[in-house]
Amino acid sequence: MTEINRRTLLGGAAAFGALPTWQARAQAQNTIRIGVLNDQSGLYRDTTGPGSVACARQAVADFGAQARGINVEIIAGDHQNRPDVGSNIARQWIDRDGVDVILDVPTSSVALAINTVTREKNKVFINSGAATSDLTGSQCSPNTIHWTYDTYMLAKSTGGAMVRAGGDSWFFLTADYAFGHALERDTSNFVRAAGGRVLGGARTPFPSTDFSSFLVQAQASRAKVIGLANAGGDTINAIKQAAEFGLTRRGVKLAALLMFISDVHSLGLETAQGLVCTETFYWDLNDQTRRFTQRVLPQMPGQFRPTMNQAGCYSAVMHYLKTVADMGVAQAKASGVETVNRMKARPTEDEAMGQGTIRADGRRTQPSYLFEVKSPRESRGAWDYYKLLQTTPAEEAFRPIADGGCALVRS
Amino acid sequence: MDDFFGIPAPLLFGQLLLGLINGAFYALLSLGLAVIFGMLNVINFTHGAQFMLGAFVAWLLLNFLGLGYWWALLLAPLIVGAFGVVLEKTMIARLYKLDHLYGLLLTFGVGLIIEGLVRNEFGSSGLPYRIPPELSGAWDLGFMFMPVYRGWVVLVALVACIATWLVIEKTKIGSYLRAATENPALVQAFGVNVPRMMTLTYGAGVALAAFAGVLAAPIYSVNPQMGSNLIIIVFAVVVIGGMGSILGSVITGFGLGIVEGLTKVFYPEASATVIFVVMAIVLLTRPAGLFGRA
Repeated sequence: MTEINRRTLLGGAAAFGALPTWQARAQAQNTIRIGVLNDQSGLYRDTTGPGSVACARQAVADFGAQARGINVEIIAGDHQNRPDVGSNIARQWIDRDGVDVILDVPTSSVALAINTVTREKNKVFINSGAATSDLTGSQCSPNTIHWTYDTYMLAKSTGGAMVRAGGDSWFFLTADYAFGHALERDTSNFVRAAGGRVLGGARTPFPSTDFSSFLVQAQASRAKVIGLANAGGDTINAIKQAAEFGLTRRGVKLAALLMFISDVHSLGLETAQGLVCTETFYWDLNDQTRRFTQRVLPQMPGQFRPTMNQAGCYSAVMHYLKTVADMGVAQAKASGVETVNRMKARPTEDEAMGQGTIRADGRRTQPSYLFEVKSPRESRGAWDYYKLLQTTPAEEAFRPIADGGCALVRS
Repeated sequence: MDDFFGIPAPLLFGQLLLGLINGAFYALLSLGLAVIFGMLNVINFTHGAQFMLGAFVAWLLLNFLGLGYWWALLLAPLIVGAFGVVLEKTMIARLYKLDHLYGLLLTFGVGLIIEGLVRNEFGSSGLPYRIPPELSGAWDLGFMFMPVYRGWVVLVALVACIATWLVIEKTKIGSYLRAATENPALVQAFGVNVPRMMTLTYGAGVALAAFAGVLAAPIYSVNPQMGSNLIIIVFAVVVIGGMGSILGSVITGFGLGIVEGLTKVFYPEASATVIFVVMAIVLLTRPAGLFGRA
């Protein structure tokens, strides 16, 4: 009879525990894992959330990954807009689940945290959802590509347009975290450079429900423009309440520095009409974007039209898979820096976002579009919300590479 | 122009007024919580979700039945209140004999489920709901522009608070309720149906939350998380006022609205935390709350 002592029992248990991991590792070797990390349950859910996952899946299908012999798995995680939660998920994904790419990551504070994790672990980080221009500036990383938009580009397009239209004195309502601060900073620079003045601002807790106090402060400052350096529910509440307090009727202009089509949908055209905003994607922009939207729409939660963040996830996965097909799955999995370098070496092109290039600092550039929200009378159907005012070419839309202070550029 | 600590007086008056308006929401929400806790001894963490449901029911009534704001003000509390009655009958009633903690966990869980379901159905960015035409527009008060609708909110909230207080303190039903809290067995022995009274009390507390939700729909974004953003503050209000004290929660609701409003002028970054600082100070000096009985 074999005597079972504690040591053999423990050893057996350890071996048993290791078995699934070992199997998973063997399988992982020929599978690309893309982790879509975003807000699945909070105020940025509609701008990213399950819609981003649907767009990433659409890209895998459109690319025909399976037919080309590449296994792609897409998993999703909810970072709840908290850097600690986001970092924990990212570490688990990379260490335990063999995730190769972390995608989307709205909320700048979380994005900056993931930026550090992916660099430390040498994985690929493609950010579509966050805004802070620091991702390709002071905090730039050889593992990171910032895909869709940033605070500088929003500030230049929307902020610049407001100043040109005579809005030369500003008061900011700023969401009190990394994103709001970056957006306020970048916009203030443009306002001052154009000869305008910043009269003041209020740092509002994130998220906030009631903006009336801040709006009254803004009005008391006699600024011509109230710059909303916030997003999602904060922007919606601020715009709704600005209309309620009659600010817009008395000639004060609102600059929604970051507004998505889902925000316009939530506000309704009656309240949102006449606002301008900047995006890099609009579902009804051209034949290509309409085709892309038609394909992905059945998978979109609530039949929402994709936002630029979500379209950016499609575009990013498309480009990533093209690169992987070029360099081979094993090599792509081996080094995040190497994969990102290969991605930078080729131009991007897809139906959702058109053509673009990725610079040395990780910034992807493409034209940016300044839209005005239609009035209810102009709108001809569901989600017919924007008219195009102006297109800024790719070379001018984003911060010049030399001005960002990215260490990758100097070396 | 007179200045207070570098803030012009007109601006300060404006902020005091706005604080009072926000306080009206705090008072109305904490009132429902206080009624439920006072009578049922249940800490109703579903309150935020029920507030949100009030706003969503108003939206559904408008978009599917064409019933506007005024109908919603009447029907949404009834509908959500009925839901509360079902919830009490099927789940909460089973927990009265157990520790508070069980009621808290149950209602918290139910709240999360409701929020998740609504989010799956309607998304997170919210739905448009307009101010009724009768109440749109604004008064020029000289020192600020005061939207008519906000004035309406303060008025209605005050009326609701006073009415609730009167019902509980001055009517026969109210005296039964208060007696049942002290000694349910004895009140039952006098032939009063105590379990049914508990059920209806819970339903009424929930209806108050839904009522506040309808009031909030035209000015705040109608989204699934609108309740959870407010409810934490409202709990602080109830704790500061004294758990279960109706008058306490109303006065504290208005008072803290003003404190928060002033913080928004002097140091906006702290406006989300100032209420909790007050809570900590009150708990250290008066553990039963300002109006609570130790």
